[in-house]
Amino acid sequence: MKRVIALLMENQPGALSRVVGLFSQRGYNIETLIVAPTSDPTLSRLTMTTNGDEKVVQQITKQLDKLIDVVAVSDLGESEFIERELMLVKLNKNCITSDEIENLEGKVVFEDKEIINLQFVGEPDKLDKLVENLNTKEPLEIVRSGSSGISSNSKTLTI
Amino acid sequence: MSKTKTSGGEALIQSLHKEGVELIFGYPGGAALHIYDALFNQSDVEHILVRHEQGAVHAADGYARSTGKPGVALVTSGPGATNAITGLATAFMDSTPVVVISGQVKSELIGTDSFQETDMIGVSRPIVKHSFLVQKAEDIPEIVKKAFHIATTGRPGPVVIDVPKDFTDPNYTFDYIYPSEINMRSYKPAKVGDPKQIKEAVDLILEAKKPVIYSGGGVIQDNASDELIKLAKLTKFPTTNTLMGLGAFPGTDPQFLGMLGMHGTYEANMAMHEADLIVAVGARFDDRITNDPKQFALGAKKIHIDVDPASLSKIIHADVPIAGSAKECLSALVSQLSKEEIDKNKLEPWLQKITNWREEHGLNHSMLEIVPENGKILPQQVIQSLYKETKGKAFITSDVGQHQMFAAQYYFFDKPRQWINSGGLGTMGFGLPSAMGVQFAFPKETVACVTGEGSIQMCIQELSTCFQYGLPIKIINLNNAALGMVKQWQDMQYGGRHSSSTYENSLPDFCALSESYGHVGIKVNKLAELEPAMKECISMKDKLVFLDVDVDPDEHVYPMLEAGNAMDFMHLSKDKKTW
Repeated sequence: MKRVIALLMENQPGALSRVVGLFSQRGYNIETLIVAPTSDPTLSRLTMTTNGDEKVVQQITKQLDKLIDVVAVSDLGESEFIERELMLVKLNKNCITSDEIENLEGKVVFEDKEIINLQFVGEPDKLDKLVENLNTKEPLEIVRSGSSGISSNSKTLTI
Repeated sequence: MSKTKTSGGEALIQSLHKEGVELIFGYPGGAALHIYDALFNQSDVEHILVRHEQGAVHAADGYARSTGKPGVALVTSGPGATNAITGLATAFMDSTPVVVISGQVKSELIGTDSFQETDMIGVSRPIVKHSFLVQKAEDIPEIVKKAFHIATTGRPGPVVIDVPKDFTDPNYTFDYIYPSEINMRSYKPAKVGDPKQIKEAVDLILEAKKPVIYSGGGVIQDNASDELIKLAKLTKFPTTNTLMGLGAFPGTDPQFLGMLGMHGTYEANMAMHEADLIVAVGARFDDRITNDPKQFALGAKKIHIDVDPASLSKIIHADVPIAGSAKECLSALVSQLSKEEIDKNKLEPWLQKITNWREEHGLNHSMLEIVPENGKILPQQVIQSLYKETKGKAFITSDVGQHQMFAAQYYFFDKPRQWINSGGLGTMGFGLPSAMGVQFAFPKETVACVTGEGSIQMCIQELSTCFQYGLPIKIINLNNAALGMVKQWQDMQYGGRHSSSTYENSLPDFCALSESYGHVGIKVNKLAELEPAMKECISMKDKLVFLDVDVDPDEHVYPMLEAGNAMDFMHLSKDKKTW
């Protein structure tokens, strides 16, 4: 079962490698991982998606929490949450029409005579379907950011 | 708060002094030379020169385990750092407070594959509680403060401080201030258990008819032995200790079941298997305890007290998980239970059952009375002789293998911190250097290293260190001319095919070897000589003695759990098993 974990960690050299290392060390999977500094520059926020049953996810969050550089951890799936992902796609311009782009809810972020770059934002499942569709148009390159998540209730991940 | 101009190297040593460090174990090298020069100019912190960095970390670890204070090792970059890795992993698996300071190449050279450069932070990452790469000299005091705080609190563990050479340069000085306290927003170890959970535990304890207390290394680490004994006495619950927990409950107490697990006693393993309540304290349901976790103690409710929340329900589901320090949680249990009426009579049938198990298949603690027909000395007899001669009061360190299990089974440890061994990682080579750490901490006490001819050769170079510092360690070598535990498994599971577990007459004369290092060597190969030789060995208070005893090479360690089964599946001897 897919789970989304959010965590705050010290914005220190080596902190990310401790988080990532923990996963390989203990045999957990990372499906996606996204990380950036927060408005408090001493902290970074990370969202990762992983697979596992309740017991595995509990172990993952406890082991993450044990890392000295990790300030707070939350299994977002414990309550309502929003998950979004960004996807950028490069196509030959003649492979897609502007009507098709509009139907797919894409946004043109760059174009010249030959190349067009599109941006899509949505839930990962929706992007999966878009990828299937876009694959029929011989895309030159597709890049996905991995999920970012936030709970959709009053609960917050803070220090 | 003192404020003086110091170099990074001086700041490092002064900070160690502020943390109460009196001695450190280490080995110099290029990247650590500024630190060594700072050591030379002071007398607060003594440096012990070992012969290999693995020895330095094990010695610091032995010091830490025997005293409860953090042990410190100092090594240089590159090979010095990588040689320290086995010591770090050993300390990590047994959760001991060790701080390793490693020199690193100059900061401007990091990442350039410079001479003796190793990414110590990267290499050690999975086997440390935490690590610090010093980014500027001024940070050293605060990093030392944090390192000791992290190493010694919560679930203790090793911490690495990697110091690039330029940050210890004597030509760069700064205002040295040692912080009086530190606040780490991301590190707040659990202390007091949740009162609701404590209450639930009390209820289960009052109801239990077939209880067992199963305590581990966490009780020793947290100095909670007194509280454990109080709980056991108050409830009359039979008590078993893990390999790491031996000594937390007195080995000679009639309530003690002996060690449990892979080579635990019949009565301890049977009691765990048939219990209706297991009170686990500072133990982690390791695979050497549970055997097949799916078949583990199915009829028992489990109360699990551990300072590390990640240990709770990791392997075995805890009905009552209590995250908190062993000392605090046991105190809380004792104080709650003191107010209750405890019906001890209801335990009688259970205690009688345990007595029967013990009479049926318990360990024979009168092995010295046996004269084997083949004329060989049994390894258990050596341990019993050691116990007798040291009156059960020695510090015993051990290496890893059959001798370790015999020592754990046959030496009764009455005090915590008396038994020092590598339980989690199972590090051969741990015994001698860890004994050095113990002997430095307790110069007047008898410190014996129980070892085998395999393990002792993994750190035998430390015999030279022992001579330099006059450490009168007693090395008790159970010499069976084979890697005994490997051979036992090959006997039991590989049709007796002894693949690479014997030496083809290549062993050294250990007595002559010890003598060449300036020590005393005593060889024993007849049972009649064992006790007089042991007496002579232990009586030499100011000499290291290498007692090399030829023991029966065909002896196996029993009981032994049959893998993939419940805890009641035990081999009891070569031809007897429980199923």
